[in-house]
Amino acid sequence: MVVKKQERESLVHERYLRHQKKFPHVWCAGCGIGIVMGAIVRAVDAVGLSNDEVAMISGIGCSGRMPVYVDFNTMHTTHGRALAFATGLKMVKPEMKVIVVMGDGDALAIGGNHFIHAARRNIGLTAVIINNYIYGMTGGQYSPTTPTHAYASTAPYGNIEQPFPICQLAQAAGAAFVARSTVYHARELSRFIAQAIQKEGFSVVEAVSYCHTTYGRINKLGSAVEMMRRLKEDSVSQQAWEKLPEEEKEGKIVRGVLVDRDIPEYTRLYDQIIAQAQRAAAG
Amino acid sequence: MGERYEIRLAGTGGQGMILAGIILAEAAILDGKNVTQTQSYGPEARGGASRSEVVLCDEEIDYPKVIQADVLLCMSQEACDSYFHDLKQHGLLIVDSDNVERTPTSRALGVPLARWAEEATGRQITASVVALGFLTGLTGIISRASMEAAVKARAPKGTAEINLKALAMGFEQAERFLKSRRG
Amino acid sequence: MAYRLMQGDEACAEGAIAAGCRFFAGYPITPATDISEVLARRLPQVGGKFIQMEDEIASMAAVIGASVGGAKAMTATSGPGFSLMQENIGYAAMAEIPCVVVDVQRAGPSTGLPTNPSQGDVMQARWGTHGDHPIIVLSPSSVRETFDLTVRAFNMAEKYRTPVILLMDEMIGHLREKVELPPPEKIEIVERVSTSVPPEWYKAYENTPSDVPPMISFGEGYRYHITGLFHDERGFPTQRLDEIDPWIARVFRKIERNLRDILIYETELVEDAEVVVIAYGATARSARHAVKQARQRGDRVGFLRLSTIWPFPERKVEEVAERIHSVIVPEMNLGQLALEVERVVGRRKVIRVCKANGEMVEPREILEAIEGAGRWL
Repeated sequence: MVVKKQERESLVHERYLRHQKKFPHVWCAGCGIGIVMGAIVRAVDAVGLSNDEVAMISGIGCSGRMPVYVDFNTMHTTHGRALAFATGLKMVKPEMKVIVVMGDGDALAIGGNHFIHAARRNIGLTAVIINNYIYGMTGGQYSPTTPTHAYASTAPYGNIEQPFPICQLAQAAGAAFVARSTVYHARELSRFIAQAIQKEGFSVVEAVSYCHTTYGRINKLGSAVEMMRRLKEDSVSQQAWEKLPEEEKEGKIVRGVLVDRDIPEYTRLYDQIIAQAQRAAAG
Repeated sequence: MGERYEIRLAGTGGQGMILAGIILAEAAILDGKNVTQTQSYGPEARGGASRSEVVLCDEEIDYPKVIQADVLLCMSQEACDSYFHDLKQHGLLIVDSDNVERTPTSRALGVPLARWAEEATGRQITASVVALGFLTGLTGIISRASMEAAVKARAPKGTAEINLKALAMGFEQAERFLKSRRG
Repeated sequence: MAYRLMQGDEACAEGAIAAGCRFFAGYPITPATDISEVLARRLPQVGGKFIQMEDEIASMAAVIGASVGGAKAMTATSGPGFSLMQENIGYAAMAEIPCVVVDVQRAGPSTGLPTNPSQGDVMQARWGTHGDHPIIVLSPSSVRETFDLTVRAFNMAEKYRTPVILLMDEMIGHLREKVELPPPEKIEIVERVSTSVPPEWYKAYENTPSDVPPMISFGEGYRYHITGLFHDERGFPTQRLDEIDPWIARVFRKIERNLRDILIYETELVEDAEVVVIAYGATARSARHAVKQARQRGDRVGFLRLSTIWPFPERKVEEVAERIHSVIVPEMNLGQLALEVERVVGRRKVIRVCKANGEMVEPREILEAIEGAGRWL
């Protein structure tokens, strides 16, 4: 049966969001985070997963609240540690699809160590990192992705630190799949997340977003609409980016699947360890 | 409280003091005794003071460490200097004369453990096993059969034979020593 | 089963396997590393899983994640790592996730003396996390008891949906002694409470008559939410006092009403005693030695050995203290559990025998305290 596009969208909403007293959500009007949530549930739907086989794990911050709204097996853990909690769950339930939602501070500052080691192990988790360049929930402190010279409540004279390039970090640390899109490119984002969920191994999707409430206000970047428009104007597909003259490459947000490689997945390898240990024990 | 018998093996890290303690303890279990084995060592994997203690008793052992040693084996000068003071008044002090120059008492029994090991197996590392044979041969606290079984069980793969040789050397020297005392 | 020589850390690992532990996450640290090493080898043999995480914070997190997935899970560490685990132990308490945390205490603070024993984490085990929550802490004083208490720790964790801390010390962790392990059929194993209600009726944090709500693993068709925020009966965040207060009351009640099962201790020679020595962990070995010696001399000394130290067995201590004039509390710290003893024994004299320099309290020192207690009369 062919379901009309309009109907399908409403079914996704019916099927994957929690209805008991969970809305309205805690996020600011105009925030991009809801678009990421939408992209995730559409990706789950596109892959054809049942609610029961999906777990969503989060840490602390605005992104930490997402699991409340989705009708999966959900866990809102401690700051920075979502990937470590997810690692334990994935090891004992390797058949589950475990999606880990984090912000830039959560994933790369307090959770930076867990991030690189989850990538190094290549354990089959999907990390969706919503990058808004700031700590939003605590009121606009600079994060590991805040651009140099930008202002934050804790960088009143401008940020003197370098930002972490999330995707390159994931690639260097050993992730099997790395992609980047923005909340303006919602359908592309959803497609990348669907690919990431299906990838066997550690997959990372950087969802570039914005925080008009803190970062936008402090850096005078205008309303949510203006920040959204900037995502459209400042981003470029990887193919287009490669064709750009060098001087125009600077400062562009490159969208696309940046890494897609086949590396043995951790829980699969561990199954082999079990078989090996049991053979040895049997004599 | 039953009679405790306390053995302290002291040397430097890497000399096999801890493994020697484990072998003694396992042999004691084969003899039907209650036993505790403890150790003390520094952060170094090799070098640094290392000691291993074994307490034997027919009854349940409460305090698991040596209070006053019945036997003290010293494989290094530092060990000898540090641990001599809590040897029992008539306790047995065995020192490796190849490694210990100054002995704190004239009662000390200086024997060339390293040289005996070299002689028996060609490997100085087996000196700790020679010492075990000598010590148990001298005191009779653990049966020779149990010592042999314990050495066999604990020797690293492929080294059972040379370790048994080392043990036999220790027993032989103990017999010779006892004979010379009697004779 | 035959007698064999076994180390405390190894007994802990074997106890875990016997209890049904099928997941372990840890980070190398002396003197707890031996537990990791044994489980790295043993767990896959029984179909379980072992992982060495990037630090102790991650280890504790992975243990909670695995428990949520349905596995009996454990981690093991020592003081520095135990400090790092505290936030996630608090999470396990808040989210009521069964798990076992082993702390093989070494002398501290900070890096301290990595290869020397201590009992310096007694208060940290009770109060190390922020906020108020109950906790169960067991402390073994022999290799065999390490095996038994590890099994009990898992049973209590699963039965009461709570983190349980096994507070060992370097002395017991590295001690080898002759043991005989019980045959598997003699070991009581407790599984977590489940339910057969349909998923739409399931409330992960329901106020049930037993005060322990059934726990269903992720992926079993019961989709629910787990959070470290205060939450309602379904697990969703709440700021409502009529949801927060019942939760707090329930998690304390589920421990308090089961003290008969949770409190483990043994008394010896207390009936006619004038002085009682109260000890736990490795120090209990010195204490028992000293008490026996004192008895041989004719001193009327009794012995109370605590295997459960939190919740503090205050009724028992009170009862034992009733007819005596002095209590002696030897510890490898500067008097942590002594504070609790002092709180409950009223006007009886409490004599502390303390050492925090990485050395064991020796029988001789306790014996001197027993003599001193007599003189004081």
